[in-house]
Amino acid sequence: MRMIFRYLKPFVPRMSLGLTIKFIGSVMDLLLPWILSYMIDEVAPMGDMGLVAIWGGAMIGAAVMAWLTNILANRMAAWVAQHTTEKIRHDLFEKISRLSCGQVDSYSIPSLEARLTTDTYNVHQMLGMMQRIGIRAPILLVGGVLITLTLDPVLTLVLVCTLPFIGVLVYSVSKKGVPMYTELQQSVDGMVRTVRETISGIRVIKALSKVDYERERFAGVNEGVSHKETRAGTTMALTNPLMNLFLNLGLTAVIIVGAFRVNAGLTQPGKIIAFLSYFTIILNAMMAMTRIFVSFSRSSASGDRIAAVLSAPTDLEVEPAEREDSPYHIEFDKVTFSYNKTDPNVEDISFRLRRGETLGIIGATGCGKSTLINLLMRLYDTDSGRIAIGGRPIKSIPEEELHRMFGVVFQNDALFADTIRENIDFGRGLPDGEIEKAAKCAQAMEFISALPEGFGHMLTSKGTNLSGGQKQRVLVARALAGTPDILVLDDSSSALDYKTDAALRKGLREEYSGVTTVIIAQRVSSILHADHILVLDEGRELGYGTHEELMESCEVYREIATSQMGEGRKD
Amino acid sequence: MPPRFMPRGPIEKPRDRKKVLIRLWSYIYAHKFMALGAVALTVGSNLLALLGPYLSGRAIDAIGLTKGGVDFQSVFFYCALMALFYAASAGLSYGLSILMIHLSQKIVREMRQQVFDRLTLLPVKYFDRHQTGDIVSHISYDIDTVNASLSNDLLQIAASVITVVGSLIMMIAISPMLVLVFVVTIPMSVMFTRYMTKKVRPLFHKRSVMLGQLNGFVEEVISGQKTTKAYHQEETQIGRFDKKNKEAVDAYYNAEYYGAMTGPSVNFINNLSLAFISVFGSILFLLQRISIGDLSSFVLYSRRFSGPINEMANIVSELQSACAAAERVFDLMDQPTEPEDAPGAVNVDEVSGDVKMDHVGFGYEKDKEIIHDLSLHAPPGGLTAIVGPTGAGKTTLINLLMRFYDPDRGRITLDGRDIQDITRKSLRLSYAMVLQDTWLFTGTIFDNLAYGKKDAKRADVEAAAKAARIHRYIMALPKGYDTILDENGINISQGQKQLLTIARAMLLDAKMLILDEATSNVDTRTEQQIQAAMRTLMKDKTCFVIAHRLSTIQNANNILVVRGGDIVEQGTHRELMEKNGFYAGLYQSQFQ
Repeated sequence: MRMIFRYLKPFVPRMSLGLTIKFIGSVMDLLLPWILSYMIDEVAPMGDMGLVAIWGGAMIGAAVMAWLTNILANRMAAWVAQHTTEKIRHDLFEKISRLSCGQVDSYSIPSLEARLTTDTYNVHQMLGMMQRIGIRAPILLVGGVLITLTLDPVLTLVLVCTLPFIGVLVYSVSKKGVPMYTELQQSVDGMVRTVRETISGIRVIKALSKVDYERERFAGVNEGVSHKETRAGTTMALTNPLMNLFLNLGLTAVIIVGAFRVNAGLTQPGKIIAFLSYFTIILNAMMAMTRIFVSFSRSSASGDRIAAVLSAPTDLEVEPAEREDSPYHIEFDKVTFSYNKTDPNVEDISFRLRRGETLGIIGATGCGKSTLINLLMRLYDTDSGRIAIGGRPIKSIPEEELHRMFGVVFQNDALFADTIRENIDFGRGLPDGEIEKAAKCAQAMEFISALPEGFGHMLTSKGTNLSGGQKQRVLVARALAGTPDILVLDDSSSALDYKTDAALRKGLREEYSGVTTVIIAQRVSSILHADHILVLDEGRELGYGTHEELMESCEVYREIATSQMGEGRKD
Repeated sequence: MPPRFMPRGPIEKPRDRKKVLIRLWSYIYAHKFMALGAVALTVGSNLLALLGPYLSGRAIDAIGLTKGGVDFQSVFFYCALMALFYAASAGLSYGLSILMIHLSQKIVREMRQQVFDRLTLLPVKYFDRHQTGDIVSHISYDIDTVNASLSNDLLQIAASVITVVGSLIMMIAISPMLVLVFVVTIPMSVMFTRYMTKKVRPLFHKRSVMLGQLNGFVEEVISGQKTTKAYHQEETQIGRFDKKNKEAVDAYYNAEYYGAMTGPSVNFINNLSLAFISVFGSILFLLQRISIGDLSSFVLYSRRFSGPINEMANIVSELQSACAAAERVFDLMDQPTEPEDAPGAVNVDEVSGDVKMDHVGFGYEKDKEIIHDLSLHAPPGGLTAIVGPTGAGKTTLINLLMRFYDPDRGRITLDGRDIQDITRKSLRLSYAMVLQDTWLFTGTIFDNLAYGKKDAKRADVEAAAKAARIHRYIMALPKGYDTILDENGINISQGQKQLLTIARAMLLDAKMLILDEATSNVDTRTEQQIQAAMRTLMKDKTCFVIAHRLSTIQNANNILVVRGGDIVEQGTHRELMEKNGFYAGLYQSQFQ
């Protein structure tokens, strides 16, 4: 939370001014019932109509003042909250952009998203609310008690006596009720899950005619939700009637005690009337403060979650090292790595590629193919072993320089809500010719030129308005467009039919022959012609060589190839 | 939990409010005695509460204005009455809340079940055309909105009406002259509320739209962060983010700028009433037209009086959106179900599995036919393979065979009988089905496997699991067949899921099989297990296979080649290769 308050620092003068204005407004609100009692007890008995009018005018004046100052202060508060939130959100986004992939994994993507959206939103709300009600409620509460003290200290005591009851009530009911709502939320989530499950399995359900079974299943969940909601509601239902009862009993007590005081000549009836008004003001302030308390504790949790990311240390520093002369473009030397630092995800992997060569990597999902790419691009650091590009250990290459060498398509890679051209160019400011060449080679030209806006066609977020094959072709075009030194294609042709895939490979051979290429695939046909093929299974090398060599030497490779391509292939 | 911002958008209006209200009423009417009780409690508790200020005025009058002049007996009497009435009112209003919770839960539960029951009867077409998220929101968010309205808004309206009318009557009874004060302040309230509704609502709507856009942007960019890093485009993304961020906070500020007026303005109007009442009350007091106790009562009533009026606008708009939500729920309940089976449709039990399609034509949309004139024959035990690029509409055939959709032209027969003359239930049960998206539900492994066969014995299930080569894996789990499958439960791989669905299909001993061979994402060993399990499953069945393996294709009696939703070629492997068309190209290209 302290970090959030640091963001408020530049706004301290403005906030102080706003708070002063707010203070004046709240005092004006407090003045009104006092004037009323003064009028009844002092002015009216004098029988001077003019004086009544003057004090009435004073009341209206105070009301107008309160109105104007409160609006002004609220607007200033909104302004401060706006600018603070904008800065916090910017800094948070910038920080998240610079987190290493390992750090992103440890926070998890949904959690980072929630911090940028829900959490900053909570903080924004809190910043506004604290300045508006957070200041006003204590002023009204303390000010109200102070004024009633000057009116009649004994009656004040009666009034103050009821406050603990209300405090205890609100505290104990929310203590009991809040966990019930958490439970309720969980069972609602369960219900939603059941509905989703049924919808996604509707074909199976209908095929096996299990409609009745599903209905009963839902009826059980439905009843659970209703039961929990009834329980939570019943508990919370106590609050309002009891609160009103305490308030009204307090008022009744004020009248009784007041009666004794008036009888003893210690107070006047006008003051009792004023008390009744102050009582309402104080009570509302109490209620507002409990609300603020709940909101503050929620937002301070949000604030802490934001601060945790903002103060995360920088990862993956550059470690200077000597360049060695090497005939190889890419070298992996006994590389071992584990995401969670227990079981290695890749173990003892070595290979060497000369400039312009192609490496194919094949193996089941989860065998560590994509991990090798993550290591090659230094999205993670190896646990042991050495990776070098052009003889330089990649740890010694600044991130920007390193990443500029690559054109890459990750598995399920991202497309953004922008034009196709922008998605290919991706902020690099490439000339049109290069983009068109890349799109042609990626076999994307055909469908792009069929679109009415061509390259200007807007994609939806994540490219949901393209088919799987079209997405992959745009992504490949993006990877090719910068004419990279190293091209990495991770499972980027799985949605292409064999024909298009073949045309793409042909294009790569002809147009981008000097580019060192790493292709990850599930289909043997995609890597058949690579200079080297690495067969991975559970993070280990099962075979390394050309297609022909592996067909001879590697049993697993032969099995995959046979099951995919049949015996029918004649070399 | 996903971020949830209350959409305070423009008022949603139902298309036909009257119809919706009548239908909602029928739900309440079904519990008419509870509803009547609720009305009685509302009236009772509000009337009792209204007596409070009157009694306090009497008590203050009994105190009088002078030292030693207090009529203690009356003060105690009125105060005791006050305490009693307030306590009774609190008791009644608590009882009312409890009653309303039970009533609204009864109704809501009934509605949810009705919606769900309807869902299970809808044709598959409905689910293909509507997003799951939308359907879920009808059953959760929309019904919640109706619930909130039933349990809160209706009561609040009733209470408000009683309070406003009651306070007004009491005030007129105390002093008709003083009531004239409201001639000034009520129009102010009304005008202010109307101004705010018009001015602020669109701003708040814009605020939530902008926030929604920011959220969308964040989700998109953060999930694509690896790409951003790989291309070193952090700065570009930060720039784009700043723009969205600024739009969001600006929209927030704009809404707040006017929203900041609400609290102080409502307060101001109340204060103004108080000032007027003070001035005119003092004058009337001077003229001895009103007692001090009456003045006190009047002040208290005036506060009660203006409260609900300020709230009215909010409640009305909430009611509107509840009606709109109810209308969406009713719409879903009124969706046409799968048509009844044809009169005289028979249950098929023992089938031999002889399937024929005779000049079938079909399209998902009326003017877009994708199967033009398809005829085929799948003899008992025969293998029909369907091949083609991804997303080319290979599932269409399956939709037709299982009558998830009906053809527009031609006919499909099973053992020589038109499938239109067979009950859907028995037709579907004569197929076993293994789809690519392996559907398992939250429940034990046993329940999942025995899903299609009602009184399956443990031994049957185990036999099927053994045949599907998944028995050993299941037994290795701590709870074996009683292991519960759910999202965050045990770590079960895609391949194992597929084996489980194969085991489920094994248990069915159906004569016909629909199979999607796709087994990407599994390691080599599991792949081999799956293949072996599939071969066992296919034995002696009429099979329709979405083929991904050349071995399957080459063995098929008949291959259907699908492209862009159309069936473009049909024949055996050899025939198609000789034809040298699309299939031959497809086949050759994987060796290039």
